[in-house]
Amino acid sequence: MACAQGPDPLGAGGGGERRPRWDNRLQYLLSCIGFAVGLGNIWRFPYLCQTYGGGAFLIPYLIALVLEGIPLFHIELAIGQRLRRGSVGVWKAVSPYLGGVGQAGTWVLCGVNPASSRRWRQAVPGHSGVCPTGLGCLTVSFLVSLYYNTVLTWVLWYFLNSFQSPLPWGSCPLDLNRTGLEAECQASSPVSYFWYRQTLNITADISDSGSVQGRLLACLAAAWAIVYLCVIRGIESTGKAIYFTALFPYLVLTVFLIRGLTLPGAVRGLTYLFTPDVQVLRSPRVWLDAATQIFFSLSLAFGGHIAFASYNPPRNNCEKDAVTIALVNSMTSLYASIAMFSVLGFKAANDHGRCLDRNILQLINAFDLPDQSVSRDDYAAVLTHLNATQPDRVARLCLETCRLEDFLDKSASGTGLAFIIFTEAILHMPGAPGWAVLFFGMLFTLGLSSMFGNMESIITPLLDVGLVHRSVPKEVLSGLVCLVCFLSATCFTLQSGNYWLEIFDNYVAPLDLMVLAFFEVVGVAYVYGVQRFGDDIECMTGRRPGLYWRVTWRVVSPLLLLTIFVAYVAVLAWTPLSYRAWDAQYVRFPLRQEKSYPGWVQATCVLLCFLPTLWVPAVALVQLLAECRRRKDGWQARCPKLQGRGAC
Amino acid sequence: MLCLLFFLVTAIHAELCHPDAENAFKVRLSIRSALGDKAYAWDTNEEYLFKAMVAFSMRKVPNRETTEISHVLVCNVTQRVSFWFVVTDPSKNHTLPAVEVQSAIRMSRNRINSAFFLNDQTLEFLKIPSTLAPPTDPSVPIWIIIFGVIFCIVIVAVMLLILSGIRQRRRMSKGPTEVDDTEEKCENTITIENGIPCDPLDTKGGRINDAFLTEDERLTPL
Repeated sequence: MACAQGPDPLGAGGGGERRPRWDNRLQYLLSCIGFAVGLGNIWRFPYLCQTYGGGAFLIPYLIALVLEGIPLFHIELAIGQRLRRGSVGVWKAVSPYLGGVGQAGTWVLCGVNPASSRRWRQAVPGHSGVCPTGLGCLTVSFLVSLYYNTVLTWVLWYFLNSFQSPLPWGSCPLDLNRTGLEAECQASSPVSYFWYRQTLNITADISDSGSVQGRLLACLAAAWAIVYLCVIRGIESTGKAIYFTALFPYLVLTVFLIRGLTLPGAVRGLTYLFTPDVQVLRSPRVWLDAATQIFFSLSLAFGGHIAFASYNPPRNNCEKDAVTIALVNSMTSLYASIAMFSVLGFKAANDHGRCLDRNILQLINAFDLPDQSVSRDDYAAVLTHLNATQPDRVARLCLETCRLEDFLDKSASGTGLAFIIFTEAILHMPGAPGWAVLFFGMLFTLGLSSMFGNMESIITPLLDVGLVHRSVPKEVLSGLVCLVCFLSATCFTLQSGNYWLEIFDNYVAPLDLMVLAFFEVVGVAYVYGVQRFGDDIECMTGRRPGLYWRVTWRVVSPLLLLTIFVAYVAVLAWTPLSYRAWDAQYVRFPLRQEKSYPGWVQATCVLLCFLPTLWVPAVALVQLLAECRRRKDGWQARCPKLQGRGAC
Repeated sequence: MLCLLFFLVTAIHAELCHPDAENAFKVRLSIRSALGDKAYAWDTNEEYLFKAMVAFSMRKVPNRETTEISHVLVCNVTQRVSFWFVVTDPSKNHTLPAVEVQSAIRMSRNRINSAFFLNDQTLEFLKIPSTLAPPTDPSVPIWIIIFGVIFCIVIVAVMLLILSGIRQRRRMSKGPTEVDDTEEKCENTITIENGIPCDPLDTKGGRINDAFLTEDERLTPL
């Protein structure tokens, strides 16, 4: 019935000009895959796998994918494709009262259903201006793009420093009077020193902001310039760039996989890290982390997928796309973790060998044994022999305990994995500068393809809503957005920038996105109605959604999202908010010092958390008041004579 | 008598050179780690070379130009390979102060290392710190060069894209006026298809097809 109307009446999209469209289906798929596959696939999933019992983690991960990831993803693609507007417009379409969500990601009124469209237009006749719902998604996308590009700045800095041999993070610099190595470096390690001191120049406390780091500012400018170059004409330019930025990481991952598997100790590392430990599944924390990982890995609730799908032709099989892209994203996570684990296994074997070598050297020096007489395999036997014959001398030597499992258990996620652990592993690979260039190039292109989605979810709603006049060229709009983002992101180039970035990454983005996703699925399932949504999908794909979709949209996904949100908030409330500071004066340096956030930081954090979500009730309230006024005006218009008698 | 003298001399030597003696230094060599298969065995000849190198370094110190190889005493050679050494004065009764020996060794460290194909880590003089090499910083850090290259490329590309966008827009704004003109002149335009001009049939009142004979010529003239 809706399809009989012919081409979508709102097909013109924002502005009345012809809406841009993808050159081919491959561009669209690659853009969505590039947006979904990001840095988290490389440095968060392997860490979770390692911490939560290796292969056993795949069970909650796949369950979360099937029950939460794919249904939500399908909703986003279908909504965007049908309504052919960015997130801002899409939300408005579902319900004017949900405009606040849409403004964050704004759903455009679904022009398919004339009844709802008329009802909506009656309610808010003068509404054609700002779309109330998209602001939440817009705000979240803006905040995320700020700190995401800062991570890319760091990646770019490391990339630029990889073109030299030996690599600068391989050795400590000399101290001021050239008599020894820099004290801070010697106490920790050259890699940590390069990260914390020569890159971030981090302060010991978050309240001590320090100064803006010139080199990071330069790299930030370059990173935003590169992003601007790629998004300058919207999907026309990103569509060309995505061929490289989406496919290059897979190439590099394959190269690393092949190289990693041939390194000594890699296979041992792989078997240890993937051996399933099913006991871990009893802890609810595993399920919570699996669900959140799926959620963030697919980049849901940003509005980016909605924007990408809105450039599709209306008759595109979004159901197949959703399943394909979600599966590709998960397969990439798995593939990346195999490559990472093989290199980390090599690193653990290497560290273990060097630990043994240090012990052997101590034994040889103390007991005057011939040089190289004790090999790594003989070490244990020799040690027991010496312990039996001269235990007191052995005890005085303070030997380290070298167990391979201890080195394999050393794990990290996020920037720690990429900039400290992996860079150290690369140092010991033959041809280290080449591997460093490849690795950081891969990270940069991964992040860049995700940035395309982020920028699209900011720019498309601005264009669709009509906040910007039609005559303003797209280049100017994307330039302005990039400039504003660059200027706002300079706060992350301060010396305390890393601490702020952790706040954004751990608290601000996750909570907002979960709230928005919850409203998204509830809005479609209950406010708009699964029945009507099914009609739209039948119009687009030729098939009504099956039982699996209907059940997950109506019951499973909202429940799951609510549970995750509540659990996440509970965990946050339960654990005291603290961060780990890098302080050279700390007694137990190089261990990082646990400090709690000062009050003003916590207040800022709460404000940033709630700001995007406040649009939802705010806009609902505005719509309610507007509706009431409309009704009141309508009454007064219909009975002007009765006004004096106060009967109306 | 001679035996007694010999005994006395070795006894004096033993007094001067023993582990933890005053002004004595321990030396540790890791020949196999440094050279692998090409490692040489440590024998008395190598010891002699070592003594010669130490004497050589001492001779570079002012007031000690007369140091002989016999003034350098080596003792307690272990399998590790490690040993102790002292440098005595010409009378062979006292050892030279540790500070002098230390500074002499430090100055000639490189020569001593290269005589044995070793480096500071594999030929260790315990208690004599080695002078660290000065940092080799290039005048312009490499990252700035690469950053400059990338940034220039990006700026040029952005400029090109913006300029092409402006040109496209100018062409499009001129385009609609041209379209209007052609619509007015559509009767006069001749569309070419396959190289054959094909006028739209409805703009003219018909066309005479010369392939067919005209009415007049239907009958062939006699």
